Amino acid sequence: MSASHDDHHHGPAKGLTRWLYTTNHKDIGSLYLWFSFAMFLLGGTFAMVIRAELFQPGLQLVEPNFFNQMTTMHGLVMVFGAVMPAFVGLANWLIPMMIGAPDMALPRMNNWSFWILPFAFAMLSSTLFMDAGAPNFGWTFYAPLSTTYAPSTVTFFIFAIHIMGASSIMGSINIIATVLNMRAPGMTLMKMPLFVWTWLITAYLLIAVMPVLAGVVTMMLFDIHFGTSFFNAAGGGDPVLFQHVFWFFGHPEVYIMILPAFGIVSAIIPTFARKRLFGYDSMVYATASIAFLSFIVWAHHMFTVGMPIAGELFFMYATMLIAVPTGVKVFNWVATMFRGSMTFETPMLFAIAFVVLFTMGGFTGLMLAITPADFQYHDTYFVVAHFHYVLVPGAIFSIMAATYYWLPKWTGHMYDERLGKLHFWLSFIGVNVLFFPQHFLGLAGMPRRIPDYALQFADFNWISSIGGFLFGASQLILLVVVIKCVKGGKKATPQVWEGAQGLEWTLDSPAPYHTFATPPDPKLIHAQ
Amino acid sequence: MLPKAKLWLSLIGAATILFSTQIQAAWELNMPRGVTQISRDTYDLHMQILWWCVAIGVVVFGAMLWSIINHRKSKGAVAATFHESTKVEIIWTIIPFVILILMAIPATRVLTEAYDSSESEIDIQVTGYQWRWEYRYLRKDSDEEEVSFYSILSTPRDQINNQLPKDETYLLDVDNPLVIPINTKVRFLVTSNDVIHAWWVPDFAVKRDAIPGFINEIWTIVEEPGIYRGQCAELCGIEHGFMPVVVHAVEQEEYDAWYAAKQDEARVAREMANNVVTMSESLEAGEQVYNTTCIGCHQPNGTGLPPAFPALAGSSVVNGDLEANINLLINGVPGTAMAAFGRQLTPVQLAAVVTYIRNSFGNATGDLVQPAAVNTLIQAAQ
Amino acid sequence: MRNESPAASTIRIVKRLLLVVVGMFGFGFAMVPMYDVICDITGLNGKTSGRYAEAEPAPVEDRKITVQFMAQNSEGMSWYFEPNDPQVTVSPGEVKVVSYKVRNPNAFAMVGQAIPSVAPNEAAQYLMKLECFCFQEQPLAPGEEVDMAIRFFVDENIPEKITKLTLSYSLFDITDYEISGDEITAR
Repeated sequence: MSASHDDHHHGPAKGLTRWLYTTNHKDIGSLYLWFSFAMFLLGGTFAMVIRAELFQPGLQLVEPNFFNQMTTMHGLVMVFGAVMPAFVGLANWLIPMMIGAPDMALPRMNNWSFWILPFAFAMLSSTLFMDAGAPNFGWTFYAPLSTTYAPSTVTFFIFAIHIMGASSIMGSINIIATVLNMRAPGMTLMKMPLFVWTWLITAYLLIAVMPVLAGVVTMMLFDIHFGTSFFNAAGGGDPVLFQHVFWFFGHPEVYIMILPAFGIVSAIIPTFARKRLFGYDSMVYATASIAFLSFIVWAHHMFTVGMPIAGELFFMYATMLIAVPTGVKVFNWVATMFRGSMTFETPMLFAIAFVVLFTMGGFTGLMLAITPADFQYHDTYFVVAHFHYVLVPGAIFSIMAATYYWLPKWTGHMYDERLGKLHFWLSFIGVNVLFFPQHFLGLAGMPRRIPDYALQFADFNWISSIGGFLFGASQLILLVVVIKCVKGGKKATPQVWEGAQGLEWTLDSPAPYHTFATPPDPKLIHAQ
Repeated sequence: MLPKAKLWLSLIGAATILFSTQIQAAWELNMPRGVTQISRDTYDLHMQILWWCVAIGVVVFGAMLWSIINHRKSKGAVAATFHESTKVEIIWTIIPFVILILMAIPATRVLTEAYDSSESEIDIQVTGYQWRWEYRYLRKDSDEEEVSFYSILSTPRDQINNQLPKDETYLLDVDNPLVIPINTKVRFLVTSNDVIHAWWVPDFAVKRDAIPGFINEIWTIVEEPGIYRGQCAELCGIEHGFMPVVVHAVEQEEYDAWYAAKQDEARVAREMANNVVTMSESLEAGEQVYNTTCIGCHQPNGTGLPPAFPALAGSSVVNGDLEANINLLINGVPGTAMAAFGRQLTPVQLAAVVTYIRNSFGNATGDLVQPAAVNTLIQAAQ
Repeated sequence: MRNESPAASTIRIVKRLLLVVVGMFGFGFAMVPMYDVICDITGLNGKTSGRYAEAEPAPVEDRKITVQFMAQNSEGMSWYFEPNDPQVTVSPGEVKVVSYKVRNPNAFAMVGQAIPSVAPNEAAQYLMKLECFCFQEQPLAPGEEVDMAIRFFVDENIPEKITKLTLSYSLFDITDYEISGDEITAR
């Protein structure tokens, strides 16, 4: 607090050091967002290699080993490099403005938690240029493939994960401290925008599970270098234990990547429907229940490891239960649109696509929860289709919606609506052509993570690849839109959108470098 | 005229059938219904849940689409002010809950059924290796000849590398398929030699992880004779995409005959170890063994993939002491990817492949190894 | 808000959260023994965890259970390793002795260790071993051969529907591992 006090009412410093030493939440938010976009393009490039190799049967472009490195790096970079930092970036930019705080509670730690990330990813990516090659055991890195049988670069991978974990934990502590401690007078918990609520819950999830991830990679490190046998059956360990610990982290991690998206969509839909969000309270409770349930469903990722039937049933029932709070959310969004006065600017288009396509990912999630059916779906392209539906038109569409929605507030200019709509429609078509046929591939029996496939899978694979190339290329439009918008464009008003509600819209556009140095007028704070 | 019209009609009919089956094969949209009770139950369960989802989707997306069409500002819609309704929210919490219970009941039934592995008639140990499957039929008595063999991808490398046109069963063919009788409860004890694999045959709705150090059991009763194909479903390293599962389900008599023949084969292989082979026989047989067993790591022209998989061309081991070379194949090299092939290959195969590698890829030792010599080394080692 | 400065309350929150972080890091490791306990109770993965029964029970003559024996070498383990009898039939409570033959064919000494696993895994807790070579280091000189014995009985409480169970041993080469037998059983 005292640190940020000193430079109140000063503009940003000049040059590179502004970004290196910054403790300003808006600067750090921008850094996170640019970093995440760079990682999105990097992870996307890996995905393009995968789709190009799978364009037709046979091995054309890459060796199977390199293919495995691509699937692994694609997963790691997208999860830890693109989606999570993007949400942290949005949190940095928006949470202080939404709750009427001058900055984050711990601005110096904020700087640090960002700046260690590029090192983590530089370390991880550098393995691509080493003799032993990048990690090739899948982003889920199941032992013993990732321990006894791993390339020597696994140690770089482990340390990279440690750093990413530390960054996430610091980011979360900061967000929790900010939300609990820095709210403007009158901003009660139940008046907070849902984005703040969902991030608060996400931050708690992160604090609970990132240390477990750190624990599991530490155990791997010990198994590899210090002769312990946590996951090595030879010494009395158990490879299945790895999966239990990993998914104890991994399942909440999935919700970490979707809860903030719920918050974003809950902000955008009411704005463009010009109607208050339906069922705010139930949204908060549903988010909390999803977070709670996320801790007791992890073994649904492991239905085929041979658990006792009682375990399989427990995890099946618990997983099915998640459909209830998730359903409540979807119904609430639809009820918000119902009898509204809707317009369809780019953020709204992305938000509507989010609701539809995320729900489809939810349906396949429900199907996957059914244990006997999962025996057929498990580790096939059906699973790939499922989690890409919840992550790409789910999490990533919400990030894009948020970018379009708040871009005028960040830059002070309106973005190019025509280009925005073009980006949306190409992405929407691309993503469905890319992932919808993968449902069929999985049901017909194509396993995931294979560089080559039997001939009956050929047709849907080339269709999927075409969709992939379209989706990939379309993302460059987003880059153009953002750069254009930063450089100029129609001046944005403070409220930007006719139906926008909330403290950030009471500020000028662009938002001044320092905001809410004095708390906002409590009269401005409305129930959501 | 009439007969001619009939002929045309039947030709068109045949063409349609042919065409549509081809289309079906290429554009397979759904899970196979399969050939076991469990697979049919699983399919029905899958369809039931799918239709529930479709119904819910129609209602939710329908309501949304209707709002999008009718409640738009451009049509002059004015926003209502309601923003909560406890009654509605309770209703749409309870209805999904009830639907979930309706889904859980059949799911629990099918799962219980799938977990009942009791009263099996044949037990087969299935072991995953990087990157092949081993099948061992469990014996009742130690006097019985044991039937056990490896099942390795038989699609030629040239097809994978696009040098040859691809077969219809591209990547789904093995040298030695598993053979089981129909209408018999067969239990599989699944385990692994190295990393985690997963044994999967979609038509049986059987998929289970093969975990090193542990055994998992799964079972099936196949009702129709046929050839059923699946693949390893758990990422197991470089050649994960190249370890298919092929099962021939046959009538009981055919199975009995096959089993007896396999037992004879095992007996003969033991006895064959004393036969004398010629250089050309040995090179031919050795190439076959090399192409199925060694080629993945040591590569088609013996260049290997250093540092993990050393080159054979010009290798000091392959061009060095013959006995040491044979022992290395029999016992493997602990701590490396080189497995012990003493148990996996017969003395005839071992002798042939050693002859082959010592006289190929530019290696020219001129050594011709006899099965008996290999057998002696195996015995001596034991 | 309480009567403390915002900075002080931030520090308080951060301290608590750091405690949670440390606690959850520990929890990750605590899952290891917790998992072993759960395995022990449920027979998860068929790990028999070297449990020894204390008293020998009386056989129940009217039930017969087939016990199959499987041997499996892990990667890089070149020993000959086979059960001497592929299967035996016992009554619940009947004590039986069977053995595995193991031979080191190499020209150098090695240490092996066998890990047991039982299928179906719910049967694991009913297979009582009075004597067993599981989780024990077994050194063998070049060419040495030994019979390794198991003395066991099947608990009379085994569910009716289980009429056949399979005991499998996976043999691992642990020559390079510096772990003592005590640590292994403790784990």
